[in-house]
Amino acid sequence: MPWNSILKIMTEKNIQLSIGSMSCAGCVASVERTLLAVPGVSSAAVNFAEHTAEVAGEVSAQALIDAVVAAGYEAAELRGTDDEAQEKEAAEFAYYRSLLKKALVAGAVAAPLMGMMLFGYMPMLEGGGRIFWAVVALLSLFVMVYSGGRFFTGAWKAFKAHNANMDTLIALGTGTAWLFSFLILLWPTIVPPEARHLYFEAAVMIIALINLGAALEMRARGKTSEAIKRLIGLQAKTARVVRNGKEVDVPIEQVGLNETLRVRPGEKIAVDGVIIEGHSNVDESMISGEPMAVEKNVGDEVVGGTLNKSGSFLFSATRIGADTALARIIEMVRQAQNSKPAIGRMVDKIAGVFVPIVLLIAVITFMVWFNFGPEPKSAYVLLTTMTVLIIACPCALGLATPISIMVGVGKAAEYGVLIRNGEALQRAGQLTTVVLDKTGTVTEGRPAVTNLIASDGWNDEQLLTIAASIEAVSEHPLAEAIVAAAHRRGLALSSTEGFEAIAGHGVRAQVDGARVLFGNRKLMGDNQIDLADLPAVAARLAANGETPMFLAVDGAAAGVVAVADPIKADSKAAIARLHKIGLKVVMLTGDNAATAAAVAKQVGIDEVIAEVLPADKSAKVAALQADGEVVGMVGDGINDAPALARADVGFAIGSGTDVAIESADVTLMRGSLHGVADAIAISKATVRNIKQNLFGAFIYNSLGIPIAAGILFPLFGILLNPIVAGGAMAMSSLTVVSNANRLRLFKPEGAQ
Amino acid sequence: MMDLIVNLLALALMAFIVWWFWLSRAEVKQASASAVIEVIVENGVYTPAHIEVPQGEVIRLSFERRDPSPCAEKVLFDGLDIALDLPLGEKQALQVGPLTPGEYGFSCQMQMYRGSLVVC
Repeated sequence: MPWNSILKIMTEKNIQLSIGSMSCAGCVASVERTLLAVPGVSSAAVNFAEHTAEVAGEVSAQALIDAVVAAGYEAAELRGTDDEAQEKEAAEFAYYRSLLKKALVAGAVAAPLMGMMLFGYMPMLEGGGRIFWAVVALLSLFVMVYSGGRFFTGAWKAFKAHNANMDTLIALGTGTAWLFSFLILLWPTIVPPEARHLYFEAAVMIIALINLGAALEMRARGKTSEAIKRLIGLQAKTARVVRNGKEVDVPIEQVGLNETLRVRPGEKIAVDGVIIEGHSNVDESMISGEPMAVEKNVGDEVVGGTLNKSGSFLFSATRIGADTALARIIEMVRQAQNSKPAIGRMVDKIAGVFVPIVLLIAVITFMVWFNFGPEPKSAYVLLTTMTVLIIACPCALGLATPISIMVGVGKAAEYGVLIRNGEALQRAGQLTTVVLDKTGTVTEGRPAVTNLIASDGWNDEQLLTIAASIEAVSEHPLAEAIVAAAHRRGLALSSTEGFEAIAGHGVRAQVDGARVLFGNRKLMGDNQIDLADLPAVAARLAANGETPMFLAVDGAAAGVVAVADPIKADSKAAIARLHKIGLKVVMLTGDNAATAAAVAKQVGIDEVIAEVLPADKSAKVAALQADGEVVGMVGDGINDAPALARADVGFAIGSGTDVAIESADVTLMRGSLHGVADAIAISKATVRNIKQNLFGAFIYNSLGIPIAAGILFPLFGILLNPIVAGGAMAMSSLTVVSNANRLRLFKPEGAQ
Repeated sequence: MMDLIVNLLALALMAFIVWWFWLSRAEVKQASASAVIEVIVENGVYTPAHIEVPQGEVIRLSFERRDPSPCAEKVLFDGLDIALDLPLGEKQALQVGPLTPGEYGFSCQMQMYRGSLVVC
């Protein structure tokens, strides 16, 4: 299907916006006019003092924000996902209670009747016995209406819409049982004496069991969304805002854009923002997985939901409400939990026609027993037809896939793996090859000085000071690493004059009056510098994946500075995990072959494709696919976007705030390759769980329905009791939910 | 004689089931693009369930969930990759389009609530 739609979700509550850059009271009218011009808006009121706007109408918050931004202001929606979750929980609990109450009322009526039947105290349908049965008929009618009323209204509404569902089956099953019993009560003689069995208690008991099953299922379902509840729980509830020079605590929904917030030690950061005063250490492990607290200074970004450890600081809110990193993570997980993989779509087709097919089977059952069954026919016909209707359970079938996806996607999120949709979750388990980008994926992506080798007469500090002084004016990517190393050692840089970059060779300049050359061996050779034993040292460094650079001062060699992009500490272990589950691991990089080979060797990668232009990466992925491999590509979301999109599953290495990367099927929030192995393990476990559910649901229905129809009767004389069928039906969907819940306990092998 | 009548009735009932649930179509609500199409989620059905809209327009739908059962808590547009959570007793609105002509089914997670958006 061509993707050509834009989507906007809107609520019909009043929308609260925080408006930024409203500098004067005159802006109020302008913003109001802008808002009113958005189609669907019925009223808009801007409060200049609070920099907020309240808008009513049938419109999406995004449409309003777009309009305000187009008019030159800033805007964001004021909203908390917290209340929503609480409201939902309260509504669910109320429903659970009502189901339980309905089950209890029905059970209270059914249980004594069942007891009497078991011990043979049921009166016959004559004389005083008829009065007893008339009372039972009325009592059971009350239960049918009170506890089972929704099945009947649901069945009728669905019927009118040419649809049939679960309610249809329950209503037909229990309804015919009650109606047939009532007819016999009125006119016992329409059936032979041995067929005068009444099913009032069965109808009531079935309704009790189904309500009980639904209540238990409801509870079990609550656990399936625990992962998202935990994410929502990360959000702070209140924030300390500086307004008119005073610090006030406000609910998080009232924090506006660009407002200044105070965070004290031990407090949660409320929204995303930038530090404007003070410094601190922040524990970001809940978002980035980085276990060490991160140092934050003025100008650094802070993320809502993370924990301030040591200092107190002020920050300016840059993203609020639904725009914060955490809110976007929550939204992405929520969307993914509701999407279906291919396996689920096939089942949906079956579930869609399931109920009418069961109705047909019920009629066929009726005809077979009516024409070929033993006497008393009316009793057998009713019993089997009713049991077929009751035992069939489309819910277990329909629930099998979505409930496992829900738990699986949530589980992945716990491991810092954001999966975009159910399809990606299913595909991840089928991968045969994983392609890794080198820089930033296998390695840190931040080059650093790894070795200083000074010639005789020089020391490391001198070497680094000169190299850093000359590189301070350079724009080479490795230059930054050298300057940073000098700063870290507290070295004072010297003044540089006459800087000249020699493309492909290095740089030349005057540092403190001395003629300095800094670059590769060719640069040294061209200038007839005697390198003595340095080339051998350099070769050893290069074999180790480091990039050596020679320094010469006034025509004599001073030493070698080696820079390398360090390999992430856990890359090797993660790659070993991928190998262990039988995957081929390929490294794809634009770097030169020697460096790439050295890195590959250190982390144990089988195959290296080096010196690939960024634009050719996706072609390399396609080539692997043409060889029949199912390819997962791991890279950063920007440079590697085409390759990620081309791969069967694209994994983007994210870090901290840049969540939900568009081009990727999977975002690894923790920036570690372990996420790939975790995603694959969770995918396999989830698909296995779905298959168990589907197998269970199919087997249940394809065994249960024929047995209910009486297929065992000719051979063994076995017929299913409709109450047992009702119990089995109620248990089948509960079993599916419980099995999905088992996934919550899953732990990927070797995960950290 | 009685047996024959019962058998014929049963066959007629089967024919009716096939016709009613597969061959005949439910009422289709024609909707214009300018208005919000309000869908009520109650008693196992979307009302209206089948909605016809003109192509090339932005379609605005609003779902009001009145059924507390968890079956009703989500509406999924499978072909469009949309999942909308429906809080009980509230209207949740959705804006889609413009869509290419075709039929876009929407349903609850378990395919018990079913409806379709026909773009023509």
